[in-house]
Amino acid sequence: MKSFVFPEFQIIRDEEKCGQCRGCERQCSFGTHTYDPLTDRLISDDYKCAGCQRCVIFCPKDAIVVRPTQSFYRPNASWSREKIEDLKKQAETGGVILTGCGNDKPFRIYWDHIVLNASQVTNPSIDPLREPMELRTFLGAKPDLMDIDFKGGDVEIKTKISPHLMVETPILFSAMSYGAISYNAFKSLATASKQFGTLFNTGEGGLPRELRAEFGGNAIVQVASGRYGIDAEYLNCAAAVEIKVGQGAKPGIGGHLPGEKVSQSVAETRMIPVGTDAISPAPHHDIYSIEDLSMLIHALKEATNYEKPVSVKIAAVHNVAAIASGIVRAGADIIAIDGLRGGTGAAPKAIRDNVGIPIELAISALDMRLKNEGIRNRCSIVAAGGLRSSSDIIKAIALGADAVYIGTAALIAMGCTLCQKCNTGKCNWGLCTQDPRLSGRLNTEIATKRLTNLLNAWSHEIMEMLGGMGINAIESLRGNRDHLRGIGLYEWELEVLGIKGAGQ
Amino acid sequence: MPRIRRELYNKEICACSIFGAMNRDGERFTGKGVMKAIANMHVRGNGLGGGFAAYGIYPEYKDYYAFHLMFTGNSPEAKRSAKIGFDAFLCENFDVVSDDEIPHSDEVVVSDPPLIWRYYVLPRKQGEEALLSDEDYIVKMVMHVNTKIENAHVFSSGKNMGCFKGVGYPEDIGEYFMLDKLYSAYTWTVHGRFPTNTQAWWGGAHPFSLLNTTVVHNGEISSYGTNRWYLEMYGYACTLQTDTEVIAYAVDLLMRRQSIPIEIVAKILAPPIWNSIDRMDEKEKKLLTTLRMVYGSLLMNGPFAIIIGQTGKMIGLTDRIRLRPITAATRGEMFYLSSEEASIRLISPVLDSVWTPNGGEPVVGELNNMRTVL
Repeated sequence: MKSFVFPEFQIIRDEEKCGQCRGCERQCSFGTHTYDPLTDRLISDDYKCAGCQRCVIFCPKDAIVVRPTQSFYRPNASWSREKIEDLKKQAETGGVILTGCGNDKPFRIYWDHIVLNASQVTNPSIDPLREPMELRTFLGAKPDLMDIDFKGGDVEIKTKISPHLMVETPILFSAMSYGAISYNAFKSLATASKQFGTLFNTGEGGLPRELRAEFGGNAIVQVASGRYGIDAEYLNCAAAVEIKVGQGAKPGIGGHLPGEKVSQSVAETRMIPVGTDAISPAPHHDIYSIEDLSMLIHALKEATNYEKPVSVKIAAVHNVAAIASGIVRAGADIIAIDGLRGGTGAAPKAIRDNVGIPIELAISALDMRLKNEGIRNRCSIVAAGGLRSSSDIIKAIALGADAVYIGTAALIAMGCTLCQKCNTGKCNWGLCTQDPRLSGRLNTEIATKRLTNLLNAWSHEIMEMLGGMGINAIESLRGNRDHLRGIGLYEWELEVLGIKGAGQ
Repeated sequence: MPRIRRELYNKEICACSIFGAMNRDGERFTGKGVMKAIANMHVRGNGLGGGFAAYGIYPEYKDYYAFHLMFTGNSPEAKRSAKIGFDAFLCENFDVVSDDEIPHSDEVVVSDPPLIWRYYVLPRKQGEEALLSDEDYIVKMVMHVNTKIENAHVFSSGKNMGCFKGVGYPEDIGEYFMLDKLYSAYTWTVHGRFPTNTQAWWGGAHPFSLLNTTVVHNGEISSYGTNRWYLEMYGYACTLQTDTEVIAYAVDLLMRRQSIPIEIVAKILAPPIWNSIDRMDEKEKKLLTTLRMVYGSLLMNGPFAIIIGQTGKMIGLTDRIRLRPITAATRGEMFYLSSEEASIRLISPVLDSVWTPNGGEPVVGELNNMRTVL
């Protein structure tokens, strides 16, 4: 059947500059560029281009430009090009449209409507280059009261404190499973978190055995509905265990790793046969109620001898605050919430683009709800889904998060260009692929450096902004909405965020 | 106390002068000296707030809680009607032993004074409230009045102590309440205020108090939002539109309800930096790490110097990087704390010792014999 969808991108090659080195041909896993020996020319097929810009960046002569195509359908505010083309694709295939990355629709990005405070006169701003500035963060359940024993100047804490995670910056790497991302990408995240003193999340694909001893201490291991790769050693080598209930990119459905990405090593780590689709169910089949979740939380605590905090990750949906409050009462030490713009390796487009709520609103609603119920101490909140910069992170913390997970941002640091073709397994940047030819492109040392550079840069920026507010410890900003003001927001939005409008 | 509505109280910001004097033998003295001392720091205030806390002033009523109330309103009638509303509530929940209008001098011109009344009361707990301690009951009732009863503010609620405060220079407020003539206390703390961003109102002056704890504060708490929410989870409603309030409540929570001694409380309000903690021996490191982990939300960030008054105690504390220093001094049984040494020298030219404590390090003056005031 002839496809009626025209190409998304247009490839323009400067024939004057092109040296026919065929580098672009080798770089593109989608087969966009081919060499024609008869004319000694490279021919590009716009239909195949994913727009990932790999060939553009690696062309030694800077001869290629890839840009959105010039062709258009008659403009129509209701029938946008995207709507028309999605419909055509479905008419041609009869299938669900799959995609990768996070929601790219123009829902309001609240980060861009919130501004930060700075000190003037009465409260000196603090210069982090000269004064202490502390980002160290602890994640876990805190007791409401502490029983402290004093005997002649000797102080002893009698309350038994639940296990905690300590990170040197409130930025953690979000769950990205080995299988969805390449071994090299996975290892780079692990290495960078270890070097920087923070944590990475294994996602639902297990933790390769050879990485456990070295990186287990920086790993949050996930227990998802597919239960891939879980054994006692997996749970016990980690810093914490996370039960994945939902994901921001696809609330309400399970993970989907196509068989093409299940290589020998992925299969071993996940404990499934090579080449089989790894489809994790939408719900956990042993969690049909909050009581069931509580049982799983405690089963995992038993399995890890009550030495590790247990986190529960949910997607930010309409009743996120009430649900999370139940989860805290069910015994979770950490609540991870993943918002509307959270990324994914593969999700139905209809779900990615339409389900869930923005993380900004979810953080604030959850923080306020737990405070109103007087149980905010009993858990830490880790926010995920669409954090793009240090300023987003600092705003997330001021809205009530203890720390954040970054996924998409970490991938971009390693080379991702958000072309949204993760589900194809053909990632030219060596990130979302199991093809050894492609994943070998990602040099772990360089990728690790890029990740630690990012953490370093963002941490510095957070320190600068904190210092500007006259605060020298990140815990004094947590839930401190006084330092935020909204611009261009409706009253109900300000109310949910718990902030005033600018100038108020 | 659950917050259903969105109530965004303003935080106000001020630069100020603070002073405290205590006789550690428990001998009582009038407010004359501290008024003179605070007047010496006149330029640190701007006439928009001054106040005093005095301990040991009501020996004849020492077994009763002394409530100092402010009734505000646009007209004398409005103030009186606020009082009528409050009186009904009071009679329902307390046995009132005695009450009177707090005497004031009409010679001193102050702007728009509220009706200020004093009640000596005993709790009358009913039903489930019988399970509360007297003190928890008082806290609950004070929070109720300050959040629910319009135009009525309890600004002092301890035993054998009281706060006096208002809009004006502290020395004027002192004269307005005739503190140099009518009262003698073994501890006086004073505050002169220089608010920079809010309109002045009588309830916003320092000290802030709850039960027997009073706080005068110089500086700004940039962690106010975090501290306030934490305290609200424990039933403290921050309504007086001033960041100092959170210190008073934090001290009440930690020292009274959780019985943590001031040395540890100081490590919660103004903890050492991680760099120092990491270098300590294992035991101390564990203690301080746990304290910061658990009580991170009570860290008072931003510049502050405070004087905390309690029955038999006067405590000085500065922020952990000492952005607002405090001077401590002793002379015989007298113990002084002040924003400036000159003020201490003014009323006690010769001193046994004078020092500036390190950031986050509390200085504590205690009665030699607590029984002298109980």
